[in-house]
Formats: sequence, C-alpha cells, structure tokens
Amino acid sequence: MTMSLAMPSPDTTGEWEFLPFSFDHLDEATVLMTNLVGEQIFLTNDEFDQVRSGVPRSSSLKRRLASVHILRRRGESLPVELLAMKLRTQNRRLAQSTALHMFVVTLRCEHSCRYCQVSRQASSNDEFDMSPDTALRGLEFAFRSPSRSMKIEFQGGEPLLNFPMVRYVVEKAKELNREADKDLAFVIASNLVLLDDEILEFCEREGIYLSTSLDGPSDLHNRARPRPGMDSWERVVDGVKRAQDRLGPHRVSALLTTSAASLDRVTEIIDTYVGLNLHSIFLRPMSPYGFALRPRSGRSYEVERWLSFYAAGLDYIIELNRNGYPILETWAAIIAKKMFTNDDSGYVDLASPAGIGLRALVYNYDGGIYASDEGRMLAEMGDLTFRLGQLGEATYDDVMLSEELLAPQMTSLTHSAPMCVTCAYRPYCGSDPVFHHTTQGDFVGHKPTSEFCQRNLGVFRLLTQRARRDPYVRELFIDWAHSC
Amino acid sequence: MLNLRGRATGLPAASLIQDVWPVRGPDAPPREDEACLVPVGAVPVPGFGLYLAQPGTAQAAYLGLPVVALPPDLGHLRPGDVLHTNPNATRLSVLWKASARHNSLLLTERCDNYCLMCSQPPKEREDGWLYDRALRVIACTPEDAQTVCLTGGEPTLYPDRLLALLSECARLRPAMRVLLLSNGRRFADPAFARAYAALDQPGLMVGIPLYAGEEALHDYIVQARGAFTETVRGVLNLGALGQRIELRVVIQKHTVDHLAEIAEYICRNLPFVEQVALMGLEMTGFARSNHDEVWVDPYDYREQLASAALRLRAARINARIYNHQLCTLDRRLWPLSVKSISDWKNTYAEACQSCSVREQCGGVFSTSRGRVSEHIHAISEECENGVAVGADRRR
Repeated sequence: MTMSLAMPSPDTTGEWEFLPFSFDHLDEATVLMTNLVGEQIFLTNDEFDQVRSGVPRSSSLKRRLASVHILRRRGESLPVELLAMKLRTQNRRLAQSTALHMFVVTLRCEHSCRYCQVSRQASSNDEFDMSPDTALRGLEFAFRSPSRSMKIEFQGGEPLLNFPMVRYVVEKAKELNREADKDLAFVIASNLVLLDDEILEFCEREGIYLSTSLDGPSDLHNRARPRPGMDSWERVVDGVKRAQDRLGPHRVSALLTTSAASLDRVTEIIDTYVGLNLHSIFLRPMSPYGFALRPRSGRSYEVERWLSFYAAGLDYIIELNRNGYPILETWAAIIAKKMFTNDDSGYVDLASPAGIGLRALVYNYDGGIYASDEGRMLAEMGDLTFRLGQLGEATYDDVMLSEELLAPQMTSLTHSAPMCVTCAYRPYCGSDPVFHHTTQGDFVGHKPTSEFCQRNLGVFRLLTQRARRDPYVRELFIDWAHSC
Repeated sequence: MLNLRGRATGLPAASLIQDVWPVRGPDAPPREDEACLVPVGAVPVPGFGLYLAQPGTAQAAYLGLPVVALPPDLGHLRPGDVLHTNPNATRLSVLWKASARHNSLLLTERCDNYCLMCSQPPKEREDGWLYDRALRVIACTPEDAQTVCLTGGEPTLYPDRLLALLSECARLRPAMRVLLLSNGRRFADPAFARAYAALDQPGLMVGIPLYAGEEALHDYIVQARGAFTETVRGVLNLGALGQRIELRVVIQKHTVDHLAEIAEYICRNLPFVEQVALMGLEMTGFARSNHDEVWVDPYDYREQLASAALRLRAARINARIYNHQLCTLDRRLWPLSVKSISDWKNTYAEACQSCSVREQCGGVFSTSRGRVSEHIHAISEECENGVAVGADRRR
C-alpha cells in the first residue's frame, strides 16, 4: 500500500498578518511575546528580529506564532473567534459584579499593631460597633448585586469583639438567601485571640471560614502586633490549631503582613506556616494605607528589597513542594491563573476595570459604603474620595452608578492607560486607582514611578522566568492556578 | 492475539437466511435467527438457524442441519459473541467478542481525511450497508454489553445513517457506552452538531483527532486543506452543546516536537474536552508504507510526551496514554497509561515475558509486525506500600 502526497509539506505560503501582541525583553537572549489574552511564547533575539521586520521568513516560526493567535492567514476568522471566546471567558465576571462584601462589624481592637491599616479603637468603646439596623441595610444592599456567588467577610477592628453582630449577619444572610439562592460563603478575618468554643461551634455549624494574621516567628509577630501580655503569636498559633481540629484544615488560613523587619527572614516565616501544617501562604507587600503611611510605621523599604524577599520566599516554597510538602503561594497562584488559564480568581487588586466596587464593597460600622477596604482607611484619614454613600440614604443604583465609583473605573482601564496598553503583562495585571490616588494623586498613576507597577512587573517577570526555566515549576504554577 | 476471520471447512453448508448471528450455547432455547455453538460430543438440538461445530465433532450428529465446521483459529468463539457469515457460510468473521475490553464496528471505509499514518486506509466506494450491518450486530450483542467503538473511515460521511444508528443503539442498549471516532469536520456544520446533540445520550462520546495547534501542520498530516479549521470548529460546536469529547493526538515524527504546543492549545482553546488521548502509532496501513515519514521510537520522545501529558493533567484535563509500553514511558505517566490495544491485536514482545509490570502494561500491536520501540525491556520491580520501586532491567 502506498500513498501519494497531495501536500508534500506543511504549507505556510500565502499572505499572513499579525494580530495584537505585546513583548518584553525577558533576559538578554529571550523575548517574551504575549497575545491579546496573555498566552506566552518565547523568541530568540534572531526570531524577534524577524518579527520586527514583518511577517517572519521561517515557516516553523510562522506556525508557532499562529498557534498562539499572534499571526494568522490574512482574513482567517477562527483565530479571532478563539481570542474573542477567551476574552469573553476572562471577563465574564464583569456581568457578575460584586461577589465580596465586607462588613466592618466593629472598629474596636485589643491589639495596637504598628502597621494597622484601620484606625482601631480601644476595645471598650462600643460606639464603634455596627448596629443591627445598619447590618440589615448592608445585607439588603449586598443582595442587590447580580453575582451568583456571594462571600461575606467580617472585618474590624477585631470582629469577634462584636460577635453578636457576626451571628446576626450570618443568620439574616441565610434567611435572605432562601429566596436569592446565591452560593453564599462567610469568612471571619480575626486575630483569633477571642476564639472560644462557642464561636468555634458556630463556625462549624454555619460553615464559616477563618482567616487570620500570622507574620512569622513569634518575635517578629509579637513585635508587629503588640497587645497586653505581648502574647499575640502564642494566641494565634493556639487559635489556628484549635480551628484546624474543629473545622478541618481547609477552613482556616493565615495572611502575612510584611514589614521591613520581615525582609531578611522569609524562610523562617514560611517555616512557621509549615510548622502549623498550613498549606498556603500569601507573601503580600504592605499596603500604603492607614497607620502604615505614618512616619516610623516600619514601611520604609523599597520595592527592590521586597522583590528579593518575594523571590527568595517563592524559591523556598518551590523547594518545599519539590520535597513533598505541598504549599501554595497565593499571589503566584492568582497570577498563574491569569497566565495559564482563561480564568480569573476575582482578586480585587488585579482587575481592569478596577476591582473596587465591582468585585468588593465595604460596609463600615457607621453605615458608610466604600469601594474598597483601602478606600475606607483613606476615609479614616480624612480623604473621602472612595466613600460611595450611606446605607439607608443612597440606593443601590445611586451607588453603583455614582461618579465616585465610575470616574476612577473609567479613567484607569489598563486597556487604555499609558504604558499599560503596550505592556506584555497587561492581561495579568489590573488597575488600582486607590493606590495611585493615595501615592501619586490621580487614579491612573505615573507608571515608571509607580510602586504598584514596579512590584507587579517584578513578580510577573519572576514567575515567567521560573516557569520557563523549570518544567516542574511550570506544572506547579499551573496546578496552583487550578487550585485557587 | 486472536484471529477473527476464518474459512469454514469440512462440512457441507446450506444457504443461510441471514449474515449476522448471535452465538448461543447448546442449552439455549433454539431460534432460527441464532447460531448454536455445539461442544464436542454434545447432541445438537434442532431449531437453530446455524450450527457451529467445534473442530473434531462427528459429522453424523448434524445430519440435515445447517452446519459449518469452525476452523481451529476460531476455537475461541463463545456464547455471546456475534458472527458474520457469507451466504454459504464458507467465510466467517467474528464481529463481537463478548469477553473483549473493546469491540469496534466499522461503519464506512470512506474518509475525507487521508492521514499519513492511517492504520486503516480509506477506500472510496459506496458502503452505506455497513451501518445496517452494525445495527444488526448491536441488536445481537449481549444485553449487558458495556461498550462499543464506532469507527471508519469517517462515520459522519453518512450523516443520516449515523444518527439513525446512534439513536437505535440507545434504544436497544441504553446502558452501553458508545465511542464514536470521527475527524470532527462534519460537526463544523451547526445543524449537524445540533442534530447529534439532540440524541441526548449521556453514554455517547466522540473521539476527534487533533495533530497541531495551527492549520499548516494539521492539514499536512491529514492531507486535507481546511481540515484543521473544520475540526476545531466542530469541537467548539460540540463543546458549546455540552457534548462529551475525547481529543486524540497520534504521536509521530511530525507531531513529536509539537506535543507541548498541542497540549497548550487544548488547555487554552478547548479546555472543556473530557479527555485527551496521546496515542502511539499502529504500524500498519499507511503508517507502514510511510514508515520513514512517520515512525519515531516512543522511547526517544518520552520527555516531550511527559511534558504534554503533565501539562494537561495540571489543567485538570484527563490525559490518557494509549498504545505505549510502560518501559518506554516516563514513570510519572504510568498512572495515565491505558491498556488500549484491542485484545485481538494485542501481544507482547519477547522481552516482556520476564517483566514484572506486564499485567498493567498495554503491550504492543501485533498488527505492527515487530515495528515497535527498540527500547522495550523487562522491568524488575519491588513494591513498597503499593508504590512501584526498583530499577529497569536492561537486556
């Protein structure tokens, strides 16, 4: 049996044309190209020279570029349909606004953390508690959101200082949800100091998640989080263990707040998490809000130092995984999801249009409605830019269509912001009008001097390089992308 | 390995009333549309339409009955199997083995692709009758038959006959899983895709080959211009209709360096597929005549295969390795390896005799006639907590 070939070789003759792409000189020998939706391809300098001078000569390069929809035969429609499908998928949350609703049930706190983003109040001062009336209005407002899923997060201060209000909101929300039928979840952001059996039993019964703060080893943690007795670390560790026992390991997670003192101690910090049998850690940079902006707040470290801290931490986490202890770095996972899938985790600070209001809303103890937690902190410092209205006075439509929300959204889209529009990492990034307003005085920001931009670029490049160099790491990131 | 065809000899045969026969044991109630398999020494009960005499059966017992003598090669025939005969029953072929993991029914030899490595080269002639025969076979299968593979050629070239057959399959054997092998191009027609989806059969899955993440290479491999675009559109249409899809990537010389690219393409553009089969070559048909154009030793591409399979797995897509021997695979892929070679053409190499994982291994195609990896070797294994450890024993 023989056959004669109608096509003697893959045919790449004919007219070709480019579809939208961006690029970045990743290192001396490599150029990263990304397509409209952030799919990556790596070119040698020689290959990139071909691209710069038009449609490449090399047949195999043409085919590689075609497979990621950077090049197409003139007029070919399938690549554009596929790009459109992926773009639609990536942006599908837009029609599903707002999933995260934060209830600040009290401003009181018995800690006096140096970095604290919120202006906490002494723990006996109950004029800073949310009233049932305000909570109910907040819930009615939240349930107006079109999102199919709804996460209610209890914030403070220390929300467990006003536990009756937590209980009230959970019960009322479940009642309202009998009709609304959303995927409803609850998280309490707490230092766990007040976690007693009654609260644990409530969390167990109602399916509530706990999120706490753990800054690393005890000296680091206790120095950053002073409280009477200086035993914050011992108490949070004890709280995590009891919550793991009672609720199961997946129902409690911890967040890290990085301070200048943390920067040289990343492996110790991660080891603390491993020691507590935690399987995720979020190596967040400190945000420039609340008390953190004040002088001597411990925030005076630069982006470069933080990036070294992050890189060292990430590499250590990768090695832990390689050696058999599964642990996920949350920020890398959020970015990996954008890098390696068409999905998005809904993270507020990496979205365009910006996540403020559309992905998160905050109801303050006094009924103030804010576009983000950071917006609330600015208000505590006297800047009301991101205060969207007052529960009971403004309607849902008033707030969601307000100039206060739409102006920062519309001016800061990464699809049109200077430098963002040509950035190879734009599909993974987002706009943060609150950050840029705070640090640079406008919603868009000046990207070459923006810490947000420098920090994100650094992380995007780091993740891209690590994944490219080591197939194990690439697979690990993809696994994280599908776990978050 | 089993022979599925043979010539009946030795005993006179009458002209038969039909060509597709369910095979029954001697104790079954006689029916004239069924065939009776009579063991040596047993006395045939009258009333069956055909008697199948085991080799060595005395002729005298069958006087006056329509009987054929089974050739020794078909001694494996058992009740529950389905047999095809020509009108005077001189040629026999087994269309269904009740004991087999896989049963395939050929629906047509026509095809609009002309793949470089096709194991069953297409023939351009009217053969729509094969759908009727397939339907008769389905009707003859045991009621508890688990699974059938409908293959070609390209079964969708007779769209109406195919849809009717699928519909009848579901009516006759509602619990049977059906894998339809198609190049997917016809599904680019939204009306056909909708008609297929309207069958609404949860046990139905379509297996569609994809050989590249772009048109030039895929079209070259299948030797048909425009095939890639139609196939991808077909998959997209089926996905949008919630249909179950297996993508099939045959690994050969032209795809081997693009496996990661294909996996990436699937993860990003077609992530809704239920599974992806990464398939070794069956070195018969065009694959044999185009040997130099397509052959590559599986051992030499084990890294590329591992990277593609693990990429898919990380994306939560069910990656399955077909037609590979465990000793040629990266060990991380062992759990993904499937014993995919049909029993009748499944064999093992000489080196496999002393192999400790032979039972888990898919073996090799007998139809490849020895054109297999040069790196096939026995693996000596000790098990520790159920996890295989130990070294490969090279010859």
